[in-house]
Amino acid sequence: MAKIENNKSEGLLGWVDERFPLSSFIKNHLTEYYAPKNFNFWYFFGALALFVFVMQILTGIFLTMHYKPDAEEAFASVEYIMRDVSFGWLIRYMHSTGSSLFFVVIYLHMFRSLMYGSYKKPRELLWLFGVLIFLLLMAEAFFGYLLPWGQMSYWGAQVIVNLFATIPFIGPDLAEWVRGDYLVSDATLNRFFAFHVIALPLALAGLIFGHLIALHEVGSNNPDGVDIKQVKDKKTGIPLDAIPFHPYYTVKDLIGLTVFLIVFTSIIFFAPEMGGYFLEHNNFVPANPLVTPDHIAPVWYFTPFYSILRAVPPIMGSQFPGVAAMGLSVMILFLVPWLDKSPVRSIRYKGKLFKKWLTAFVVSFLVLGYLGTEPSYVWGQFSSALPIIGGGDIATFAARIFTIIYFLFFILMPIYSKKDVTKKVPNRVTMP
Amino acid sequence: MAKKSKKIDLNRRKFLLTATSLTGAVGVSAMGVPFVSSMLPSEKAKAAGAAVEFKVNAVNPGEIKTTEWRGQPVWILNRSEDMLKTLSKNDANLADPNLKVTSQQPSYCQNETRSIKSNVLVVVGICTHLGCSPSPKLAAKGDMGSEWKGGFFCPCHGSKFDLSGRVFKGSAAPTNLVVPPHKYVDNDTIIIGEDQEEKV
Repeated sequence: MAKIENNKSEGLLGWVDERFPLSSFIKNHLTEYYAPKNFNFWYFFGALALFVFVMQILTGIFLTMHYKPDAEEAFASVEYIMRDVSFGWLIRYMHSTGSSLFFVVIYLHMFRSLMYGSYKKPRELLWLFGVLIFLLLMAEAFFGYLLPWGQMSYWGAQVIVNLFATIPFIGPDLAEWVRGDYLVSDATLNRFFAFHVIALPLALAGLIFGHLIALHEVGSNNPDGVDIKQVKDKKTGIPLDAIPFHPYYTVKDLIGLTVFLIVFTSIIFFAPEMGGYFLEHNNFVPANPLVTPDHIAPVWYFTPFYSILRAVPPIMGSQFPGVAAMGLSVMILFLVPWLDKSPVRSIRYKGKLFKKWLTAFVVSFLVLGYLGTEPSYVWGQFSSALPIIGGGDIATFAARIFTIIYFLFFILMPIYSKKDVTKKVPNRVTMP
Repeated sequence: MAKKSKKIDLNRRKFLLTATSLTGAVGVSAMGVPFVSSMLPSEKAKAAGAAVEFKVNAVNPGEIKTTEWRGQPVWILNRSEDMLKTLSKNDANLADPNLKVTSQQPSYCQNETRSIKSNVLVVVGICTHLGCSPSPKLAAKGDMGSEWKGGFFCPCHGSKFDLSGRVFKGSAAPTNLVVPPHKYVDNDTIIIGEDQEEKV
């Protein structure tokens, strides 16, 4: 990175700069951080994710001022926030809507990387940081969902913790250790609170820092997947296809933020529960360890993985294969940089084969996501006269098919990405 | 048109930048309102701070009783004739005998006895120094010394108050004890936390 030693600033800024790299930090990461000039719509979501993260921390701090992590008081304290705390309803809806939109933004952000090959060399580590953030974010959301201590909180936690219990040999003891009791109880609530408000946010902040450092080290990819560092201005050494992040992309991101906030506030003010998708109806009933709700499903952002869990049948009397498949469906993302053997990064220069597989993957993800929100009998049963699958749930069968497609997208990637007929990548980025 | 637009109008740019920044600043500070106000007493706390009723005829002359309003002790002292007589004798030693600090009592208690009915003193039992609750030392002399004519003594930093809750000179407490808003709904009942509309 070019360090700027001349035009030293004076006054207070000069005093600070002699003791702390303030000006050079602003230069290196904003005003003289050069990003490709051809960013499009898909490049809004990184900045938006950072914004939502900060907002979740901020609203979370204010919720913590009124929330009580105690099985006796938790549910009532959330109602207290909603009814008695001045603007408590707003802060809580910002937090609950924020968590759902966090996943919307992150999923779009990840899809962008799959489309434009932003995980390929030299951005493998950047991608790994990202997948880790995604993983921790899921844990963060899961821990947070227990805190209102409603029926869905309780039984959701019960089911997820019991996933650990299916691990051969150590499972039952492990689940007991996670819960701190023989069932989900006050002890569980207290430790989930600790994870949710301090452990994971701290880890996430560190990982996000690493993600950004890695990004600024290698530079942003772009919709063409062109390495902009190949063509530089001979005098300045700045890539010809690059523009400074500030003011060009700060202004662009502000526009994205404005649109995002319109959507965000519309949801908060007009549909904060989003018809039961953001805040499930059953969670307005206090947790009752003796009664499981009729229909129990995780929040929408977990449902693709939940569908995979449900789709895998027990093998040799053990639920573990389903749990393992669900774990693998996330873990396999770590391998993507090494599974993709294509010589080009962006979908713009990849062949039909990749486009078909990516479409199949997105469709599988969406269908699995939908099926996860519904009970397994949603599409009825097959006629019992059919061979093998006779009498089974149609939705379960569909979930199995789409689970297979989901995994094949990754497993076959080394083959189809190599076979794919790619186009020639230009030297310079293209502008619409 | 095309030629004209090539020239950068810096004034226009500056105006737009300032206008946008100001609008943004207004938006962000407006967003601060819910966050800051969420830390104010909630509706629940406000309800707990509502006015309380007290039967003053339950206090015999020369006696003191304590009730609670907004989580604070409120004393109801029924002063006997002898006690009332002591009040004027302290004036020379008091920091604010004539109630110049008007915030310490409502206007309808801005009088010699600091009360609506001369014998019934209603006062918040919290020292104006650092918030301890003084001990009633109603009897004259005793362990308070031969000059003591009855009053209150704060154990934390030794502040002394007379039987109207007026602070003695040389005390750590800067002002007289607070007379809370209160009113008589009938001859024997007061409501603490609501203002009297006119003098009885």
